[in-house]
Amino acid sequence: MNAGILVIFFNVVLVNNFIFSRFLGLCPYMGVSRETKPAMGMSLAIIFVMTLASLVTWLVYNYILVPLNLIFLRTIAFILVIATLVQLVEMVIRKIAPPIYRALGIYLPLITTNCAVMGVTVLNVDMFFKDGTALEYSLVNSLVQGVGAGAGFMIAMLLMSGIRERLDLVPVPKSLKELPIAFLTAGLSSLAFMGFIGLFSH
Amino acid sequence: MKEFTKGIFKENPLLRLALGLCPALAISTSLPNAIAMGLAATFVLVFSNTIVSLIRNFIPSRIRIPCYIVIIATFVVMVERFIKAFSPALEKQLGIYIPLIVVNCMILGRAEAFASKNSPVHSILDGLGMGLGFTLALCLIAFIRELVGAGTLWGINIIPGYDPAAIFILPAGALLTMGLLLGALKLKKKR
Repeated sequence: MNAGILVIFFNVVLVNNFIFSRFLGLCPYMGVSRETKPAMGMSLAIIFVMTLASLVTWLVYNYILVPLNLIFLRTIAFILVIATLVQLVEMVIRKIAPPIYRALGIYLPLITTNCAVMGVTVLNVDMFFKDGTALEYSLVNSLVQGVGAGAGFMIAMLLMSGIRERLDLVPVPKSLKELPIAFLTAGLSSLAFMGFIGLFSH
Repeated sequence: MKEFTKGIFKENPLLRLALGLCPALAISTSLPNAIAMGLAATFVLVFSNTIVSLIRNFIPSRIRIPCYIVIIATFVVMVERFIKAFSPALEKQLGIYIPLIVVNCMILGRAEAFASKNSPVHSILDGLGMGLGFTLALCLIAFIRELVGAGTLWGINIIPGYDPAAIFILPAGALLTMGLLLGALKLKKKR
């Protein structure tokens, strides 16, 4: 079981990185990666919400949707759960930890419609449920995948913001400035991450 | 008419506003996938725009975003069920990117920025135009990626004897194509 968890974690961090191979969460990735500090805040908020969302959607799916035969309402249920969760987290953090709220607060509303959070919950259900029944350890596995996806996002974010901070100082061709060069950078990083593909094949 | 055409060129959601990137890059490996995703997103966009516009005066503004999300999610579930029933092969190809239409920022963006302020007729036109623009942009990316990456179009071999640059089918190719395309557009705009 322990080995399985490690495989899930590193698979989602390195091999199937959410940004570089699944393209989930590209909007905040392109939008907030101009400097390292906000990139860090956004990543922490995402790890937090992804882990919580993985936990809550697993419970909702296993104990509400499956017994009631409502699996087909998965999409609508999950997005509502995530939206509510983000609101709740925002209120709780604002009340009990104002410094954290000041650091992460502005990113939280953006996360509601972040495809990475929705993506990891859908992926969990696709991977760890078979015909509506939970596989062994599926709750732990879902949680690990949630944390791993967030960590992978953070790595991508920090790499990108570091590169973009330096890109500001070099003469980039005019028509490639801003978004185009960011995409090209991401493409090259993705190419580099392809080196991890063979990690788990044997 | 202006509502319809602006989505195709001037405010193309994908190439000009950079909205809805995630599904766009993931499934643009071949033309059939691109068209399927484009049509699915257009369907959701047109109907969610219509409903949002019809009930725009009844939704309290403080809870409007959750309301929009529920409306969008309803249509996404419909599309999901439809594709599952009629084309399991396509469902397998598009995978998790069908349910993820619900978090496509283009659709929520149009509900918030346009449908919540305009009449149903205008909102439908806006949805159609934006959807069409999204589909066309997807097709353009898929066209480049399939042609360069596999040497085929719609699965038919176009260039005999061409040794495909497989990187364009891979995720990295999507990002590179998108970057070059955006750069080219910017260059053209400057002239």
